[in-house]
Amino acid sequence: MSVTPDLDRRTLLRRAAAAGLLVTPAAGLLSACAGSEPTKSDDSGAAKSNDNPFGVAADSAVKVVIFNGGLGDQWAKEDEAIFKAKHPGVTVNLSSTQKIKTEEQPKMATQPSDVVMNSGADIMDISTLINEGAIEPLDDLLSAPAWDSPGTVADSLLPGTVNDGTFQNKFYVVNVAYTVWGNWYNEALFNREGWTPPKTFDDFFALAPKIKAKGMAPYVYDAVHGYYPRWALMATIWKSAGKQAVIDIDNLKENAWKADGILPALQAWEKLVKDKLLLPGKLDHTQSQQAWLDGKAAFIQVGTWLKNEMAATIPPGFEMKISDYWGLGASDKAPKDVYAGAGEGIVVPSKAPNKAAAKEFLRAVLSKAGSAKFAELTKSLASTKGSGDNVQDKALASANELMKNAGPDLVSIKFWNFYADLDKESSNLSAELMAGRLTAQQFVDKMQAAADKVAKDSSIKKQTRTA
Amino acid sequence: MRHGVARFVTGFLALPVALYLFYVVWPFAQAAGYSLTDWGGYSDRQQFVGLDNYVRLFGDELIRMAFWHNVFFLITVPLFTIALALFLAFLLNVGGREDRAGIRGVFGSSLYKVIFFFPQVLSLVVIAVMWQQIYRADGQGLINGVLIKIGLVDADNPIAFTNDPAPFLGVPAVLWWLLLIAVWSGAGFYMVLFSAAMQSIPKDIYEAALLDGASRFHTFFRITLPLLRDTVSVAWVYLGFIALDMFALVYVMTPSQGGPNHASEIFASVINFTAFQKGQFGYACAMAVALAIFTILLAALQLRITRRERIEY
Repeated sequence: MSVTPDLDRRTLLRRAAAAGLLVTPAAGLLSACAGSEPTKSDDSGAAKSNDNPFGVAADSAVKVVIFNGGLGDQWAKEDEAIFKAKHPGVTVNLSSTQKIKTEEQPKMATQPSDVVMNSGADIMDISTLINEGAIEPLDDLLSAPAWDSPGTVADSLLPGTVNDGTFQNKFYVVNVAYTVWGNWYNEALFNREGWTPPKTFDDFFALAPKIKAKGMAPYVYDAVHGYYPRWALMATIWKSAGKQAVIDIDNLKENAWKADGILPALQAWEKLVKDKLLLPGKLDHTQSQQAWLDGKAAFIQVGTWLKNEMAATIPPGFEMKISDYWGLGASDKAPKDVYAGAGEGIVVPSKAPNKAAAKEFLRAVLSKAGSAKFAELTKSLASTKGSGDNVQDKALASANELMKNAGPDLVSIKFWNFYADLDKESSNLSAELMAGRLTAQQFVDKMQAAADKVAKDSSIKKQTRTA
Repeated sequence: MRHGVARFVTGFLALPVALYLFYVVWPFAQAAGYSLTDWGGYSDRQQFVGLDNYVRLFGDELIRMAFWHNVFFLITVPLFTIALALFLAFLLNVGGREDRAGIRGVFGSSLYKVIFFFPQVLSLVVIAVMWQQIYRADGQGLINGVLIKIGLVDADNPIAFTNDPAPFLGVPAVLWWLLLIAVWSGAGFYMVLFSAAMQSIPKDIYEAALLDGASRFHTFFRITLPLLRDTVSVAWVYLGFIALDMFALVYVMTPSQGGPNHASEIFASVINFTAFQKGQFGYACAMAVALAIFTILLAALQLRITRRERIEY
């Protein structure tokens, strides 16, 4: 849910003030710089054991900062209780905020908190954190024994969780919420009309006239945040051109955007726009989701946080169900790969005073007991296996079903986390393509040019992925 | 005795000056310092890179685009705001019918004053959120809804407002829509400012002009405007600063804070992106310093051009 761009007023005011000061000029940086006295990190605690793999000192304290957004912070309090049961002597200072960057960034260089959930609209750029050496690699957390299940922590995680937290071949980010993306529709409506949810774009183009005949738009999308349609465009590219094509894109390989299968994937979207299958208007994420709930459009694509986000306004009898992104058909290289992954990242700052307790706390967060509480409280899957087994919810069940039929790989795109420039450019161009102001060919050319520019820019540190 | 006064004055000034130096001047100096480094913002590591950041600034296409968008606001925001504020102030103070009571504003002018001033009371963010509803780009938006009902706008093709990069008079439509908000929210304050200045113009000057048969048009251009020159000039400088900022409106109102596709990118949005998303604080500081220099030069130039003899009355 770090992706939902809800803008709260106070954050904006702060950022406006910060940027205003930068402009006239840069006074806001005073708080950001502070001194640079080195802090001693105190990792030499108790002896390490299977029950205390990081050697947490019995009388130490750990400061935990949780993002209090769509998921709330109650789940973290449950984790605190689980942690305290094993380490009663350790003081846990748990606090929650929506202004992660505003409050934590100034402290990163000197006196950071031990555990920081880096999420929400006010987020610290992950590549910058890593390039600046500001956060700690957590590979030893992965190899530590799991809290309350056999095997290691890594064994207990859902597929993609380790990959999603890995940068430059090290595991840095513990993403706690598991999200599945896809096309949503109202199952009750589809059953009533006798419509079959499409599997490919051709199915969709065949169904579209029937939907239009009912006075509905076949599709609605978020026209304000370009990264919303970008998920769908990239999922189609992955399905059509295959995993290696996307890995090449992420690695800024020469002519990666010109690979086979990419252009046809985008042309399917171009056709959807040109055929006027979109609901008229330029709506943002909640407006478009509400339009879909109001029955103005048949399909919308977004992640599994949708139900939680729109909980207050779901009409009675509306049965939201998620289905996989559409492919192009027989030519697809990876038709069954599902777009899913872990989000809501937690990091441990390199200068955190009590890193041992920080890692131990994360072990508690990823425990079976903790993740079951997480799913129960948030109606979202946790990234630990089996968290949703006891939660009754139709939307969640449809996501589970989708995951069961998933192909060998999960769709995962890295370039927008690697490079802020490409993040901005790709989200802008996705919005342009969906607005009908760009053709698929122009999109490919412009993305290739943007990727080449980043590849040549020596001030940008390069990252690579292998899987 | 004189010695005592000096001590008294120093005693009062020491603290505020110290605070000012520490919280305003020192960060300015620091920003200038950081602009010579490659600091990323999250560590205590930084390397001195000399003027590299400034050299880069001149080759940066995004900054160049942002610069021209700021220039657009720099010209239009003061021009339209002052024109509208002057027009309103004139009507409210001297635009009414002349009768036995002498010169006065149009009927109900004191009520209008409150209405026009009202946007000034609201925070810019509140204004932006309100205008999001007015500009909403489907049939549920205030403007689109009305225009679709009366058939002026096609329901299948509503006005996109801040999501519209199509050029109008060579400038992206999104900038014109932002300009409308800026002028709407700013005109009230300057109307009050000009009203106050107009009220200090002696009434007998107007009466003399009326006796000579001057029309409203002539009274305005021959008497009011020349006597308001100082106030207008100050207003122009203030509005210039506002036009160089515009951050809150762009941040809240436009897609991806400067979109669609960079159509509303301004200095502040590029600085925000460079510092907080790209993590290039050093480079962002260089942009900020360049903007500060530009602002100071502009203010100096402005005040110099408009400096003239004062008319005492």
